[in-house]
Amino acid sequence: MSEDHEQDEAGTGTLPLDAWHRGKGARMVEFAGYWMPIQYNKDSGGGIVAEHEWTRSNAGLFDVSHMGQLMVTGEKAAEELEKLLPGAIATLKPGRVRYSLLLNDEGGILDDLMVTNATPWIEADEEAGTEGHWGEPAYYIVVNGAMKWDDIAHLREHLDDEVTLTHMDDHALVALQGPNAATALNRIMRGVPEQLVFMQSLEHDFGEWPLRITRAGYTGEDGFEISVPAEFAESLCDRLCAEIEVRPAGLGARDSLRLEAGLPLYGHDMTDTVDPVSADLAFALTKKRRETGGWMGFEAVRTLMESGPSERRVGLTLEGRMPAREGAEIFAGDEKVGRITSGGFSPTLGHPIAMGYVKVGHAAEGTDLEIVVRNKRLAAKVVSLPFVPHNYYRGS
Amino acid sequence: MARYFTDEHEWIDVEGDTATVGITDYAQEQLGDIVFVELPEVGSVIDKGKDAAVVESVKAASDVYAPISGEIMETNEALEEDPALVNTSPEENGWFFKLAIGDRSELEGLMDAKAYKSFCDSL
Repeated sequence: MSEDHEQDEAGTGTLPLDAWHRGKGARMVEFAGYWMPIQYNKDSGGGIVAEHEWTRSNAGLFDVSHMGQLMVTGEKAAEELEKLLPGAIATLKPGRVRYSLLLNDEGGILDDLMVTNATPWIEADEEAGTEGHWGEPAYYIVVNGAMKWDDIAHLREHLDDEVTLTHMDDHALVALQGPNAATALNRIMRGVPEQLVFMQSLEHDFGEWPLRITRAGYTGEDGFEISVPAEFAESLCDRLCAEIEVRPAGLGARDSLRLEAGLPLYGHDMTDTVDPVSADLAFALTKKRRETGGWMGFEAVRTLMESGPSERRVGLTLEGRMPAREGAEIFAGDEKVGRITSGGFSPTLGHPIAMGYVKVGHAAEGTDLEIVVRNKRLAAKVVSLPFVPHNYYRGS
Repeated sequence: MARYFTDEHEWIDVEGDTATVGITDYAQEQLGDIVFVELPEVGSVIDKGKDAAVVESVKAASDVYAPISGEIMETNEALEEDPALVNTSPEENGWFFKLAIGDRSELEGLMDAKAYKSFCDSL
């Protein structure tokens, strides 16, 4: 595995698309140790709300190259990963993607991630007399940017030496998200979108660019995440943004979009002191593996599933226009019953929304609660997530 | 009527004993899309340098400090319905509040338009 050469110890790292963003008038901020675009120039149609709305109605192009792209290979790769991930990896078919978690022994969430079975299909070779067959098992894993160094250390510590972990830090990652993402991508790479439904992934050589294209994202919209060698990243983004449906979108819109989609953000809505049951992420624990165990954190999580959690992540809508932010306290009458972990104003709904942890007795849908912001009590109601319906493509 | 500016990116229009206060175009550009403005109560007395209002953008909440001391006479009710006025017309229709000037000497040392422009250019 290569060491981190793009980020010096003292400073903030630059990513492959840094100059591309600056050329588009992006406002760059430090995020997860890198300079990242929070929003683009207003004069060119940018701004958080404009980028948010464009993504909901057309297609936004997000640079998420700060995220960690890892490849785990080896005959025992699935078996080894199942020691750390509570999801079924061994039965994940090539080209399929699964949302999963890294847990500690106490059941706390170390990170959330997407794992893809990236095992290559080796074509038949008549000269060598071999039939077509699956190559060495390979799992492509995308983890949070801020957590990737800890994740790599964790994986290296616990995965068997026969398994190889590669940090693909010579790759950029971009996400094309929105209802017109498939239309735009299909005009460039004809026939590719129709080969994928939500949570499927393939390798695609576009000319000399070897891409991995995954139909997934973090906005609630249909869309694609495209992994590209760093040297081709600018050309790929230029090509995508040449389509009339596509405009660049920054971290600001990414955050408001994922909040509307009810998707938790690591470090805010989940931490290493929060378990997957309280975080309402039990769906990431494959049913069979909840019973068989064999993964780090199993004992703690099983106990919690039996006893039930004391608090739970919920969605909250607020009356009025004043948003409640992370850290705001939630009350039922005089009793403090929870705290906000993510909050903001929903451009789509036109009112503030938030996610937070609430004691289970007050976490039922429709419960009226109050959130304290600057000594004011804001009326709020527990609602089901997502706030804005998901628009994933699951097949026609 | 004289217009003053602060290094906190507020503007103050002084007319007789009354001052109208808002945030500058530079400030709204930095804050981004504004979704809510929390204004002080009419009749309350605010002290120079203390919290006077809060501007909420999609991303974050930002405090607006009182540029001078005084009693709040009126707040801009149009901002309740349309907080984006602060983005579209920060130095006119997007004003925040009017106050009765408590201490005229606090106006001394504030910038005029020309000085404020060179201040922004230096940032």
